[in-house]
Amino acid sequence: MTVQLASPTTQSMPKEPAGSSLWRQFGPALPGAAAKLDPRRLWHQPVLFVVWVSAALTTVLAGVHPSWFAWLVAIWLWATILFANLAESVAEGRGKAQADSLRRTRATATARRLTPAGEEEIAAADLRLGDHVVVEAGQVIPGDGDVVEGIATVDESAITGESAPVVREAGGDRCAVTGGTTVLSDRIVIQITAKPGETFIDRMIALVEGAERQKTPNEIALGILLTVLTIIFLLAVSTIPPFAGWSGQRPSVLVLAALLVCLIPTTIGALLSAIGIAGMDRLVQRNVLAMSGRAVEAAGDVSTLLLDKTGTITLGNRQAADVVAVGRNDVNAVHRLAHLSSLADETPEGRSIVTWTAERLGMTMDTPSDAVVVPFTAQTRMSGLDLADGTQLRKGAAASVCRLVRDSGGSGADEASAVADRISAAGGTPLVVAAGATGAPIDAVGVIHLKDVVKPGMTERFAQLRNMGIRTVMITGDNPLTAKAIADEAGVDDFLAEATPEDKMRLIKSEQEGGRLVAMTGDGTNDAPALAQADVGVAMNTGTSAAKEAGNMVDLDSDPTKLIDIVAIGKQLLITRGALTTFSIANDLAKYFAIIPAMFVASHPGLSALNIMGLHSSNSAILSAVIFNALIIVALIPLSLKGVRYRPLRADQLLARNILVYGLGGVIAPFIGIKLIDLLVQLLPGM
Amino acid sequence: MSEQASGLLTVAVLVAALAAVHVPLGDYIARVFSSDKDLAVERAFYRLSGVNPQSQQRWSRYAVSVLAFSGVSVVALWALCTWQGRLPLDRGATMDWHTAINTAISFVTNTNWQSYAGESGASALVQTLGLAVQNFVSAAVGIAVAVALIRGLVARRTGLLGNFWVDLTRATVRLLLPIAFLGAVLLLAGGVIQDLAAPQVVETITGGHQTIESGLVSSQEAIKLLGTNGGGFFNANSAHPFENPNGFTNLVEIFLILMIPFSLPRAYGRLVGDKRQGYAVLGFMAFLWTSMLVVITWAEQAAAGSPTGAMEGKEVRFGVWSSALFATSTTATSTGAVDSWHESFSPIGGGGALTNMLLGEVGPGGVGSGLYGALVVAILAVFIAGLMVGRTPEILGKQVGRKEITYAALYSITTPALVLLGTGAALLVSGAKGAILATGPHGLTEILYAYASASNNNGSAFGGLSADQPYLNLTLGACMLLGRFLPIIAVLALAGSFAAQHRRPTTDGTMPTHTPLFAGLMVGVALLVTGLTFLPVLALGPLAEALS
Repeated sequence: MTVQLASPTTQSMPKEPAGSSLWRQFGPALPGAAAKLDPRRLWHQPVLFVVWVSAALTTVLAGVHPSWFAWLVAIWLWATILFANLAESVAEGRGKAQADSLRRTRATATARRLTPAGEEEIAAADLRLGDHVVVEAGQVIPGDGDVVEGIATVDESAITGESAPVVREAGGDRCAVTGGTTVLSDRIVIQITAKPGETFIDRMIALVEGAERQKTPNEIALGILLTVLTIIFLLAVSTIPPFAGWSGQRPSVLVLAALLVCLIPTTIGALLSAIGIAGMDRLVQRNVLAMSGRAVEAAGDVSTLLLDKTGTITLGNRQAADVVAVGRNDVNAVHRLAHLSSLADETPEGRSIVTWTAERLGMTMDTPSDAVVVPFTAQTRMSGLDLADGTQLRKGAAASVCRLVRDSGGSGADEASAVADRISAAGGTPLVVAAGATGAPIDAVGVIHLKDVVKPGMTERFAQLRNMGIRTVMITGDNPLTAKAIADEAGVDDFLAEATPEDKMRLIKSEQEGGRLVAMTGDGTNDAPALAQADVGVAMNTGTSAAKEAGNMVDLDSDPTKLIDIVAIGKQLLITRGALTTFSIANDLAKYFAIIPAMFVASHPGLSALNIMGLHSSNSAILSAVIFNALIIVALIPLSLKGVRYRPLRADQLLARNILVYGLGGVIAPFIGIKLIDLLVQLLPGM
Repeated sequence: MSEQASGLLTVAVLVAALAAVHVPLGDYIARVFSSDKDLAVERAFYRLSGVNPQSQQRWSRYAVSVLAFSGVSVVALWALCTWQGRLPLDRGATMDWHTAINTAISFVTNTNWQSYAGESGASALVQTLGLAVQNFVSAAVGIAVAVALIRGLVARRTGLLGNFWVDLTRATVRLLLPIAFLGAVLLLAGGVIQDLAAPQVVETITGGHQTIESGLVSSQEAIKLLGTNGGGFFNANSAHPFENPNGFTNLVEIFLILMIPFSLPRAYGRLVGDKRQGYAVLGFMAFLWTSMLVVITWAEQAAAGSPTGAMEGKEVRFGVWSSALFATSTTATSTGAVDSWHESFSPIGGGGALTNMLLGEVGPGGVGSGLYGALVVAILAVFIAGLMVGRTPEILGKQVGRKEITYAALYSITTPALVLLGTGAALLVSGAKGAILATGPHGLTEILYAYASASNNNGSAFGGLSADQPYLNLTLGACMLLGRFLPIIAVLALAGSFAAQHRRPTTDGTMPTHTPLFAGLMVGVALLVTGLTFLPVLALGPLAEALS
């Protein structure tokens, strides 16, 4: 399977806005937020619906018995709903901006459909599954499909942001093309694989707009808890009149409505959908498209990561790691010969030898102009240089070069092949360097040790993953020996050597049998079953449409390392939700301490002892709690959109930290906030 | 010895005894419910009743068995109470129809709220064949449900929770009967009476006549406490000298109340194969119990400003410390036996006993019900805080998803709803309102306490309330019934959905549920949820009284 490494330099997606510009998005989002005040849009969100009913009730009461206090409470209750809607509108607004930029790229062109009679021009929207269309240089591909004839370079920057063109050809794993991208050269015939309106770009637009957003399992479960809490508080507040009536007191309905709104979990209720939208958005900003929110959540739950060796764990190519001198040769001399022999070798391996030896020698050489380059052939399995002074330099596969040395009667073949075996045993690739004058015996002078180089920083990331309780399994086609060497060096927990797609499938199933969630990346058609089986299957955008269809995420950059980021984003989404829930519920304590003494102090003066915040008056205490309850939503919108800061820690460390910040913080913050608001509110008339 | 020193010594002896017994007893309970073997007497019972002890039940079948058994029990006990006058061993005791309904529900739901007077309301036949039998089996039902929940947590995609009839039988035969026997002997040795003599009529100093009842007290006393039942043989309950003659029997009684509830976490740890899980639950329970003990003892000591504290409503032979210890233990479990009058406690002391029940009786709670209540708290804690570690919340490898949180939430909302609606409605009904003795905040506490006690299946009475009247008998009966069986159905449904799941392996990414931090989190969740639900009414009741 091939993995193309792409590192995007430009991105068409809007970048994550900085904190300050986020506030600027509030303005444009306000009309949308106001439109959502319609109760028919709220009734499926019980928390906000209760706020709406309370706000309507207080407005009526304020109209019947007007007072500064009543109107202020009513206004702030409406503000609470407005702020709650604002959170969702801001999150959706960001998605809309992305969708608009995508829409501009959507194919509006006509398609040249091939029919038995010849070619006909039809609208792209009229294409059907299985149609064959012709696209030539400079034309826009009318729909998603597979190349069935020809080869072409395609500019996919419209969807990936990657400006370098990619090659698309019939057959193999690079046949998929996306509607809306542009053919730069040549002519291809494409078989359409997606109906109009269901193309990749259509799905992307729907996803970033949140139009098809379905609640995730976790969100639904949390919604149930919030509904039940709302019911409990509804009971607690609605039974106050008979309890207070026993002591001959009649609490005002206005105050009860205010108390109810303060107690029900409005903060998390308001931010819940914004958190979900923002989570998807964070993935989109990293050029990953999740086909469902469920997949993002599953990413947080993943406990096994299957990572392809090449391109993910190691750099794509083998690199020089050492040069061993053979016989009585001086190491420096061997470095020089190795350097010379590779100068004409334009393979990545060859270049790595030049670089490595140049560092050791402290100088670089140029290919002598009078030297003759001996190119690599499959027969000789070696390459080299014939210098003007008659020196022959050869470098190549150990067995071939050693045979050449022995045949010419040269020395060092035995030692060189022993060193080569040792390097092979350690998982490396040996290249033997030999040198000699024309006609004279050629001697083996040294062995170059090529090895898979683990990408810088990978070892640390695997350690982090282990810390987070995630097992990493390296998948490779290498033999077990080579695989083990690299697995040890990279620090992965396990490896699957000589892996076939069936092996991969078996591994995924056995992990899932044990109750583990598995994430993997893939791009080939033969990866499709495994991608579908995995809980999180990230298909590379360069991959086949079968792979993209099977996975539940697509990485537009086709960077398999991103799987690790995807896990982090999934976790961050869940943590943000949990943290704000905890914060929201913990807030209630302070609100009780504000409102209960205010409500009952008339009939039970002793309860003024509960006014530990020393709030100015009953009216100012109740209004301050209501205002705090509304403002905290606005204050937390940036956090809900950006997500709680995530550190790759063990679960117990994360828990302790977050309980301290959001649990304890959630208890303390409103005491301070309500007191500060009260200091201002007491200056208002009617307090 | 000073009051303080003897009080502290009593607590120390109790804690030492519980610490010593909870490990072997917990291990024994775990063995009882995981063993493959049946005793001869159990086999005989299974043959007689046509139960196949090997057959395993899904949650729905388990729940139907619980409900069927309890339903039949209610009807049988009601019939026994109603027609006791026509049955043997009659002493002229009678019950109104609504009192009989209340009593039948009360004893089957492990509440043991008594709106009749113990000695004059029930004949010896009702006491032994009806009430005493329910004292055993209603406790066994609670243990069975707790064990079913544990099995659900342990099961790997089987959906099976064990067999209710086997669990019921084993809890009764292997656990409750032998310990109750030992307890009865101990109480007998301490001076509790046990006879079948006819009532004695004595002439008092003032020349009046008093009928002194007696009966099989010691044997009934042991299971009354061991099964966290609390229904007294005598109206005065454990304050009566025949039931609880001295400091020693008082300590034994408290020990009997607490021994099974405090041993069940150990059994839980054993059954799930991780003892540390049990310690966390034990820590949670012990923290709540200790905190409430400190609050109530302090409140009673501080009351009245005298060195002896407030002695009104307390027995001189027990004193403030032992009375507070009993009050804490009886309301922290679902017992409801009393050796002092909670009505006469200081506002904070009485409010503490009330809060114990409002917490859902989880510190340590009734036999079985305490453990499953604590586990539901753990599930809520896992759900709220679990997201904060960035994974779908899970407990012991079982996910807490949509279904699970629905059941846990239904469990948690049932009793608060019953208490708030019951009390609120009673205050709107003139008949019920008239039954309240005190005025002002104390009167509110009286009626709130009654509904809290019934809905949480505690059964202790605050006092003051004239509860034996149709409205209260029937609504409190409904609270007892719903407060017992709705949560049980929710727990079994929860167990069933856990049992159908994979058990996910524990990794460093899993939120640990065995740490002190988690136990603290459980305390926080229990206090916060209860506090937020009941703070308004507590402010109008005990708090207003204390701060006036």
